[in-house]
Amino acid sequence: MPAGSLPLLPERFIRLTPSGARVERDAWTFVGLQGPPDLGATGRLVVPLANLREARERQGADATIGVWLAPGDDPARLAGDLDHVGVIAIHFPKLTDGRGYSTAASLRRRYGYRGELRAFGDIGRDQLYYLRRCGFCAFSLAPHHDPEAALPSLDTFTVRYQAAIDEPLPLFRRRAEMRA
Amino acid sequence: MYRYDRLDQTLVEERVAQFRDQTRRFLAGELTEDEFRPLRLQNGLYIQRHAPMLRIAVPYGLLSSRQLRTLAALARRYDRGYGHFTTRQNLQLNWPKLEDVPEILAELASVEMHAIQTSGNCIRNITSDHFAGIAPDEIVDPRVLAEILRQWSTLHPEFAYLPRKFKIAINGSVEDRTAVLLHDIGLHVVRDAAGELGLRVVVGGGMGRTPMIGHVIREFLPWREMLTYLEAILRVYNRHGRRDNLYKARIKILVKGLGVEEFARQVESEWETGRTSQGLLTADELERVAAHFPDPPYEALAGDDAHYLARRGSDRAFDRWAQRNVHPHKRHGYAAVTLSLKKTGVAPGDATAEQMEFVADLAERYSFAELRVSHEQNLILADVRQADLHAVWQEATSAGLATPNVGLLTNIVCCPGGDFCSLANAKSIPVAEAIQQRFEDLDYLHDIGALDLNMSGCMNSCGHHHIGHIGILGVDKNGAEWYQVSIGGRQGRDAALGQVIGPSFAAAQMPEVVARLLDAYVGLRHEDELFVDTVHRLGVAPFKERVYAGRELAVAA
Repeated sequence: MPAGSLPLLPERFIRLTPSGARVERDAWTFVGLQGPPDLGATGRLVVPLANLREARERQGADATIGVWLAPGDDPARLAGDLDHVGVIAIHFPKLTDGRGYSTAASLRRRYGYRGELRAFGDIGRDQLYYLRRCGFCAFSLAPHHDPEAALPSLDTFTVRYQAAIDEPLPLFRRRAEMRA
Repeated sequence: MYRYDRLDQTLVEERVAQFRDQTRRFLAGELTEDEFRPLRLQNGLYIQRHAPMLRIAVPYGLLSSRQLRTLAALARRYDRGYGHFTTRQNLQLNWPKLEDVPEILAELASVEMHAIQTSGNCIRNITSDHFAGIAPDEIVDPRVLAEILRQWSTLHPEFAYLPRKFKIAINGSVEDRTAVLLHDIGLHVVRDAAGELGLRVVVGGGMGRTPMIGHVIREFLPWREMLTYLEAILRVYNRHGRRDNLYKARIKILVKGLGVEEFARQVESEWETGRTSQGLLTADELERVAAHFPDPPYEALAGDDAHYLARRGSDRAFDRWAQRNVHPHKRHGYAAVTLSLKKTGVAPGDATAEQMEFVADLAERYSFAELRVSHEQNLILADVRQADLHAVWQEATSAGLATPNVGLLTNIVCCPGGDFCSLANAKSIPVAEAIQQRFEDLDYLHDIGALDLNMSGCMNSCGHHHIGHIGILGVDKNGAEWYQVSIGGRQGRDAALGQVIGPSFAAAQMPEVVARLLDAYVGLRHEDELFVDTVHRLGVAPFKERVYAGRELAVAA
């Protein structure tokens, strides 16, 4: 990384677990965020959508490869690859660009993706709750945010009106039992 | 009205706690201005020209007396003793301090209110008919579906960072009193031939810089599918709406760019693949929410109140008020009353804390302790016995709320403009006041008849100038304030956008410009023809000719 530039990705990220969430060291290497991707790099690579096929050819059939999507990338293009990718990461270059929320929801609901779905970029603890509801299960916050301090924000609300990926039933189908 | 249960209450309290923490972190320097901006906006908080502005949600315009008293108390404690009712049926406080806002939100939560999503690029407050539940021409009470929409849109996780703000209106009557055709999504409740309840779905209307009338993309959507279908529309918009240009980011630009048919095709495709049976509305839910909107305990009255009719015959001032400010009701012997917030010399839509308390009291004594905010920025008592109208009129007169001008020229719809709003190009309130002063003669106003005058201080069109019979838009030319005039706009079922008549005018000329438009109308009208109908029959030309005749008005280059 050139001296003086901000790191695009933190070393640690938040992962949802069956019992809650924890902060882990990131084992993936994202390529192609600045300039052309180095598809021959060592390690577990997360490559741009456009380079997924080429990366697979370079790395060999057995390698686990991840893919990252820019906000405008169409998740339909991944439909045939969902069983072969190690992670799908969705980039939020600006926190006000909310396309990734719909991309994530579509990957989960429409295409049935069940693996790791990671949000990264310009996101902080105040976005975690909505991101989680849309199907993300891993979060690389902007580097100036402390991931440990952010964990409680995953559970800001206990009442959810709408159905979403984390809760397939809208509140009106749960109200009677929740009030009991 | 809808009352919160423990779950609804928990949600607004958790929202207050969230914003309290976010405000604390911002003030401590832990959140940047860019990070805090969308968070505060989605709690209704703008940073304005002089101080922050807080926009409080009044869902579909419905308030209880108790809630209005709380708003009055907040206006007194945190503002300068008044509030501003908006064209989206909300209330704005113009001077609260940032650090007080969490406390204000906590007080709102204590009376089942909030400021959630009253600003920001998200789904805004759902608006509806201010005569919902009482209009003689109503098909279905829209408040039930409006409340279901409110809950669905509140903290919707997928649609909090849309390309731009998103406004939804729902109308349940034959007449359209909600400007359905001018919303991002407009819903008309309808019944099909078999009597089944459904919605006609209109998309892509709006005002702003590029005004457009919305397009029907589905003639009949079964009511159970309301939320699944709206999600499909929002998902297509969220993924494909433009984000490169603020002025081209509304859904209307996407609909226009793709073409209505292609947009509808994408929505239907998204809907077919994305909807789930669990997302379907249930009859139980419809019934549960409907139970919150029962008819109040009306008295069984035979017909029109004879005493009321006799009073109208004998008291000219009362009759004039009744003509303009009293509206038909579905029940015999009852009426709805507009309390006018359009008195000359007062900013349109402004109410003092004392007036709010007065209205709360009036509603308690005469209208089952509820009232509504209209999109024309007035307050409505919806269930008044005709026998009480004379007393209501006398009391309202004493509080300055009985200006008999509903539907007339001086019932000006107007945004706060450059006196308050940092977005405005020009002031709007002093111009409105000058026009009101020029046309104070009630006989003349009644002779002119129904005339909507709408004014906005900038292209954002908060004063809905595009649909005014006369529309006035504040524009900036080389740092000076000018006013562009359009005529022929119209709200309702035959909604139309006004046409600009020509070069802009200086503020001081505006009363004269309006006077010339009216002169032209008086000379050209057929008997019983409204101003707007004369404009539509003859076009803009004869009006333009009259206004610019002799060129003695100062006009912008």
